[in-house]
Amino acid sequence: MKIRALTGNEAMAEAMRQINPDVVAAYPITPATEVVQIFASFVANGLVDTEFIPVESEHSALSACIGAAAAGARVITSTSSQGLALMHEVLFIAAGLRAPIVICEVNRSISSPINIHCDHSDTMGSREAGWVQIYAEDAQEAYDLTIQAIKIAEEIFLPVMVSTDGFIISHCMQRVEVMEDKEVQEIIGVHRSPYSLFDKPITIGPLDLQDYFFEHKRQQIEVMNQSLPVIEKVMSEFNARFNRTYSIFKTYKIEDAEQVVVLCGSTCGTARVAIDKMREKGIKVGLVKLHIIRPFPHKELIELLKSFKLITVLDRSDTMSTMGGPIYVELRSAMYGCSQHPTIVDYIYGLGGRDIDVEQIMEVLLNGEEIIKQKKVATPIGYIGLRE
Amino acid sequence: MASLKELAKNAGIFTAGHRACSGCGGAIVINQVMAVAGQKTIVAMPTGCMEVVSTIYPFTAWSVPYIHVAFENVSAVISGVEAAYRSFKRKGKITEKWNFIAIGGDGGTYDIGLQSLSGAVERQHKFLYVCYDNQAYMNTGIQRSSATPLGAHTTTSPTGTAIPGKLQSRKDLTEIMVAHGLPYVAQAIPSHWADLTRKVRAALDTQGPSFINILAPCPLGWRYPTNKTIDIARQAVETKFWPLYEVVNGEYKLSYQPRKEMAIIEWLKLQGRFEHLFEKKNELIDKLQDEINNKWAKLLDKCKK
Repeated sequence: MKIRALTGNEAMAEAMRQINPDVVAAYPITPATEVVQIFASFVANGLVDTEFIPVESEHSALSACIGAAAAGARVITSTSSQGLALMHEVLFIAAGLRAPIVICEVNRSISSPINIHCDHSDTMGSREAGWVQIYAEDAQEAYDLTIQAIKIAEEIFLPVMVSTDGFIISHCMQRVEVMEDKEVQEIIGVHRSPYSLFDKPITIGPLDLQDYFFEHKRQQIEVMNQSLPVIEKVMSEFNARFNRTYSIFKTYKIEDAEQVVVLCGSTCGTARVAIDKMREKGIKVGLVKLHIIRPFPHKELIELLKSFKLITVLDRSDTMSTMGGPIYVELRSAMYGCSQHPTIVDYIYGLGGRDIDVEQIMEVLLNGEEIIKQKKVATPIGYIGLRE
Repeated sequence: MASLKELAKNAGIFTAGHRACSGCGGAIVINQVMAVAGQKTIVAMPTGCMEVVSTIYPFTAWSVPYIHVAFENVSAVISGVEAAYRSFKRKGKITEKWNFIAIGGDGGTYDIGLQSLSGAVERQHKFLYVCYDNQAYMNTGIQRSSATPLGAHTTTSPTGTAIPGKLQSRKDLTEIMVAHGLPYVAQAIPSHWADLTRKVRAALDTQGPSFINILAPCPLGWRYPTNKTIDIARQAVETKFWPLYEVVNGEYKLSYQPRKEMAIIEWLKLQGRFEHLFEKKNELIDKLQDEINNKWAKLLDKCKK
């Protein structure tokens, strides 16, 4: 193990170097460009055995990844925002074809208006594509989760995207513990595809009509249904080996809390400081950091959250459904299945990279205390740091 | 050049039982291409007629490995397969030689797939792209494409009282591919099977990307009797509508010189998609003839140089 100062992008590129995939097909896009760029330098300097395909678009990047995965290769790509949107059509096909592709995704808002900074509208807009979605909080997690993503993808034969917050994680230098190349290879193992184009004359991607399509989709749903234990297994193997504490979500000071904040990504760190400050004032608040948004761990979250008085969701994107952000919408839907029905409120924050600070989160938590006291919610969906 | 007897040994790679229309030019193209390519070939197809007719689950007409992903990306898909092959070969995981062929219609090639085709050949992936050009979106029911010729009736360039079919000339994709600097580009047609199969062999032996544009008459879309596909194809060559030529490392070579002068009107008469042009004097026929004459003269000029 080495301690290095790496940005999120450098950490993801370093993980890719150590994974040493057979094929990488990628296209540059801010703020994910560096991942591709750094990896291209690894190729140019002979540090990896990878066939690098510098494609002419993100649509082609993922299409080439599918071709390579169908041929039995271990494949990775990287993108962000508009790039992920351009891939949208092919995201579904990758999942339907059970291609174990990993995307190193850097979260950036989706146009319009055009903006290059962080929010989660890009990956949240792809929730129904059939990919496992993992969110990282910092550069260390970006590195660790990229390695775990390969393992998860290849165990369940579903594609996986690992997301970091654009610029906030992707471009900030942090302390990262980097494993030895050999250790990474040992944990990911050798990729073996049960069906590859080179093994036997198989037809991949046939036309599937009314008589079979539904059964095939049901099978795909079932893989997603059964994926959580596999994700947990990969995480616990990783934890045991590298002394980490990954799980599908991570809690902070929730044991005696009345109010918990639920969110994902880099703002978790800011929220933890806010929670500490609130606790100094004697206010009992806690935090749940979501790592896995797809599959949505609804049963586990019900179990975890059912007895709190208030759940305060922080969403870095909106569903444009008039029902709030995606985490809020899904969590509310999940909580309908529990008898206690804790109150849930949502705050949309940080769209287009708008900064969020400790005081703002403290204010939100104080509002939450009012809600608990008054036992009523005036506006269930609010906005943080917005001029209105 | 392989004899017909030798080629016949590979018959059935694209198996009987596919659901193409009778007289389908595209199916004949695929049969001729695969007879040369043989079993050690991976085929990728974009969405289109031949994709739809050949792989309705749980059946497949492909006895070689085959992949379809979407409409606009077949060249990217085959790029990925070919890159995986190079990676496996370098690591010693694969030792045999494989051919990589993308086969797309004009919609998936001239139009929606042009970007990924351009990218893949620029990156110099070693694969053959075969376009079976039936000059419209036949799969969705005969809509115009950029390969549809001037004056043709399609369902999105319909003949009406104000507009007599397609008002624009077709895109010359073969020349666009020549401009990419590919080591091998050719035009072929199934009526001239010996020429077509020789070109496929030459393309597969090329170090780098190759492209063959093959005119594939479509009885349904062009509106002619199903037993006339090969006749119609032959007339397309004789009228110089579809010159047979190849461009090897930038050098043009004419593959076939029509024996006698034949006006384009003779070819148009055979097809219902042009019948409106004969209802009254129509300048589009003259325009099309001029276009063909000019292109032919330019082609001969390039072949002389």
